[in-house]
Amino acid sequence: MSTATLHPSQESAATRVVQTLLRSRELAIVIVLALILVVATTRRSSFVFSADGWRDTLLAPSILLLLAVGQMVVVVTRNVDLSVGSTLGITAYATGKIFVSNPETSVLVVFAAGLALGAVVGALNGLLVTVFKVPALVITLGTMYVLRGALTHEVGSDRMTAGDYPAHFEKLGNQQVLTIPVLTIIALVVVALVGYYLHTARGGRELYAIGSDPDAADLYGLPSGRRVLGAFVLCGALAGLAGVFSAARYATAFSGTGSGIELQAVAAVVIGGVAIFGGSGTVWGAAIGAFLLVTINRALPILGISEFWQGAVVGALIIGSIVLDRVLSIRRTHKLVEARDHA
Amino acid sequence: MSTATATEARTYPAYSRNLAARLLLNREAAVIVGLVAVYLYAMGNVPFFDGPLTIFNLSKEYAPILLMALPMTLIIITGEIDLSVASTLGASAAITGVLVVEHDLSLPLAALVAILVGALLGALNGFFVAYVGLPSLAVTIGSLALYRGLAEGLIQDKRISGFPEGWQDWPTERIGTSQYPNILIPIAVLVVLFALLLHFTSFGRGVFEIGLSDEAAHFSGVNVARTKLVLFTLSGAVAAFAGVYVALKSNSVATDTGNGFELKVIAGVLLGGVSIFGGRGALHGVVAGVLLIAVLNSALQLDGQGSEVIQIIIGLLLVGSVIASNFLPRIRALIPRRAAASTTAPQTPATGDETRKVSQ
Repeated sequence: MSTATLHPSQESAATRVVQTLLRSRELAIVIVLALILVVATTRRSSFVFSADGWRDTLLAPSILLLLAVGQMVVVVTRNVDLSVGSTLGITAYATGKIFVSNPETSVLVVFAAGLALGAVVGALNGLLVTVFKVPALVITLGTMYVLRGALTHEVGSDRMTAGDYPAHFEKLGNQQVLTIPVLTIIALVVVALVGYYLHTARGGRELYAIGSDPDAADLYGLPSGRRVLGAFVLCGALAGLAGVFSAARYATAFSGTGSGIELQAVAAVVIGGVAIFGGSGTVWGAAIGAFLLVTINRALPILGISEFWQGAVVGALIIGSIVLDRVLSIRRTHKLVEARDHA
Repeated sequence: MSTATATEARTYPAYSRNLAARLLLNREAAVIVGLVAVYLYAMGNVPFFDGPLTIFNLSKEYAPILLMALPMTLIIITGEIDLSVASTLGASAAITGVLVVEHDLSLPLAALVAILVGALLGALNGFFVAYVGLPSLAVTIGSLALYRGLAEGLIQDKRISGFPEGWQDWPTERIGTSQYPNILIPIAVLVVLFALLLHFTSFGRGVFEIGLSDEAAHFSGVNVARTKLVLFTLSGAVAAFAGVYVALKSNSVATDTGNGFELKVIAGVLLGGVSIFGGRGALHGVVAGVLLIAVLNSALQLDGQGSEVIQIIIGLLLVGSVIASNFLPRIRALIPRRAAASTTAPQTPATGDETRKVSQ
C-alpha cells in the first residue's frame, strides 16, 4: 500500500474550526460556567446586571486567572508549583513596602518590581528542579514553607493597610475601562499572550512535548532544562504580578496573604482540562477553570446552597472534571483504535 | 565461554554490602543520627528542654502527624500521594463532635462511626486512583477540598466543644507516672502493625514492587488495584482516628481543625527517606523524620523562636533531603566508575563478557 493513511481534511476551514470548538474539552466548562451565570442571574438579576455585580463578576477572578495561567504552563511540562501562594504574599507585602518608602512611585514600576521579584522566586524553583532533577512537587512544597516562613519572620504581626497604599494605586483596583476592570483587562491580555505562545510558538509546543514524554524530548534534543526553567520563571513572575493585583484590589497585605491559594490555582488548571501529568491542555481551559471556580464561589449562596458547602462543591467539581477527562480520553483512544483497525 | 570465575565473583553477596553497612549507611540511619544529635544538642543548650513537660507536649502535639505519616509512607512508596488526609481528619473530628455533643451519642460509638466514614472517604480516593486510573495528586487535591467542605457543611460557623469528661481526658493523660501521654499506646501499636505490614508481609513487598513499576508488579502477581485501594482506605481510617484524637485533645472542633497538616505529614515522610518516586523507604526512617520535625519544633519554641522559623527549617530540610537523596547517588555513581576504570583495567573484558551475556 503506497497511499497515505492520513489525508488533508476535505472540509472547509470554517467547518473544521466549528468542529474543533464543539469537540473541545473547554466547551464543557464554558457551558457549566454559562449555566451558573444564567441560573444565578435569573434568581437575582443584580448578580451580573448591576454595576457592582458586573464589576465583581469580571474582577473577582483576575488574581486567580494569572495564577492559573502560570500554573498551567508549569503543569503542562509535568511539573507543579506549590509556592505561588507564598510568592503572591511576598510581592503583595513588598508592594506596600515600596509605597511606604515612596508614595509617588509609578504604578508601572510596582508592576515591574512584582514581576521581577516573582521571576526570581520562579527561577530559584526552576533551577532547583532542573539542576538537581528532583520532583517539583517536593521542591516547591519546600520553597512554599521557606518563603512563607521568611515572609512571616520579616513581617511579624505587621499589616499593610489601606493607608499604606497611595490613592492612585488603590483606584487601579476598581478602575474600569468601558465597564471592564483594568486588572481583568491586564489578566486577559496575559491569558491571550501566553495562550498564543503555547499554541503557536516553537517554545510553547516544546513545553507540551516535554510534558508528554520527558525522556523522548531529551532524546529528540529539545532543551528541556531551559524550557522547564522558563516555565517556572513565567509562573513565578505571574504569581508576583498576582501579588501586586491582590494589593491593589484589597489594599491590604499581611503574613498570611495568599496562603492556600496555590491549591486553588492547581484546581483551576485541573478543572480547565489540563492533564496533571503534563502534555495536554490549553491556557484557555485553565483561564475558564479559574473563572468557573471563582464564580461558583460567588454564586452558591444565590443558588440556595449554604456558603458552608462551597468547599464540598468545589471538591466535587474537581473530581468530576478529572473523571470527565478520563472518560473522554478513553473514548478517544477507542475511536483511534477503531479508525486504525478499519484502515 | 569460560567465565566461570567471573560468574562466581558476581554473586549477590559479593556485590552487595555487608549487613552492618546496609543497616548503617542509608538515609534512615542518617535521619536517626540527625534526630539524636538535635535531641542531645537541645538537651544541653536549650533552656527547659530537659523539663518533664517537653516530651509530653511534643507527643501530644505531633501524635496526629505521626499517625497519618504511617499509611502515607506506604502510599508514597507505591508512587501515589494522599493530600486529603488533613481534610479527612477535619471531617472525622466534625462527625465525632456533632454526634457526641449534639446527638448525645456515646464517644466510642461516635468514634467508630467517624473512623468508618474516614475509611469510606479513603476508599473513595482509592477507588478513583486504583480502579478509574486517575492520578492521585489530582484526585486528592479534589478530595482535599471536598472533605474539608464536608466538615464545614457539618459544623458551619459553630465551634463544638464540651466532650464528656472521662473520654476527653484519656488521650492526654499520662501513662502511669511517666512523661508519655496515653495516645502513644495506640500509636506504638499502629507503628508495629504498619512496620510488620510493610516490611514482613508479601503485601508489603507488593507495595515496593508497585512503586518500582506498576506493570512489573502486575505481571509478577501483585494485585495492584486492590493494594492501592487498601492503602487509601487505611489512610482514611487512620486519619479519622487522628481526627477523633484531635477533637478530644483540644476539646473543641472548628472548620479549620487540622488545616495544613497534610504538608507536615508529607514533609515528615520524605524527610524520613521515602522516595517521592516510589519504591524506596522504610518505616523507622519515617518515624524518625516526624520526630525530628517535632523535636526541632519544640526546641525552637523553647528557645523563643516563632513558628515561622520552624516553617523555614522544615522547608529547607525537605528541599535538602530530596536533593541529597537524588543528587548524591549520582555523584557517587560517577566516582567508583572512574576508580574502577583506572585501577582494575585487566578485569574489564570479563565484565564486558558478562554484560553481553546478560543482554543476550
